[in-house]
Amino acid sequence: MAKGILKVKAKASGDKTKVKLMAKHIMESGQRKDKKTGELIPAKFLQELKVMHGGKEVFAANLGTAVSKNPYFAFNFAGGAKGDELTMTWVENSGATSTETAKVK
Amino acid sequence: MSMNRRSVVKAIAAGGALVGASVLMPRIAMAAWTTKAFEAEDQATAMNELLGGAAEESAEVTLKAPDIAENGAVVPVTVRSSMAGVESMSIFVENNPNPLVAEFMIPAGTDADVSTRLRMGKTSKVTAVVKANGKLYSASKEVKVTIGGCGG
Repeated sequence: MAKGILKVKAKASGDKTKVKLMAKHIMESGQRKDKKTGELIPAKFLQELKVMHGGKEVFAANLGTAVSKNPYFAFNFAGGAKGDELTMTWVENSGATSTETAKVK
Repeated sequence: MSMNRRSVVKAIAAGGALVGASVLMPRIAMAAWTTKAFEAEDQATAMNELLGGAAEESAEVTLKAPDIAENGAVVPVTVRSSMAGVESMSIFVENNPNPLVAEFMIPAGTDADVSTRLRMGKTSKVTAVVKANGKLYSASKEVKVTIGGCGG
């Protein structure tokens, strides 16, 4: 997988940080057929996603194939200030993994 | 006593290991991806594998989803709970080939309020299960799908 699939918008407001996260990923479910060959396209999807802030886990998700293409997640966590860094780690079912960072605005 | 213990140990080492692992796994390794739960083909099995039991309906769990989803490939869903001590929130779509959609871990300090988008093959009941203080609570909603998101 190409690097940098996550698009993150994190905004500190009051004592909370609102995070909107989108991953650019096909989330192939393994249920679709290739139109030419009639064979099933193997599943390829994100399995795990973890968001850390200042060494503390603030959000984690285990995903199945029924999460839509280009998965989107929104959540809030307490704390966080402008300029803080969020560290996101994702794992694909193929075993591919990557860690990306984003700044809180 | 010693013989008894030995036989117990043996039993665990042999066939019991599998059962033991599947029962203990979700509790010990909360964040681990549980293949059994995600690949289960009916909702009750998936729920059992993931959370270790069935959930009871609760008014303190809010599931926000559209009444009619025009496109089953992208159904926006929000799960919210007013309860304290929420540990995880999971989403199930009963009529999907694999009902378990996702499980979200809610560490302390994070609001029990998560939005996401999911795929639905056809009209189905969508269930959100919230685990709070070791107990399971749920809310469901029927979502009509006019164009399915699986198959293509």
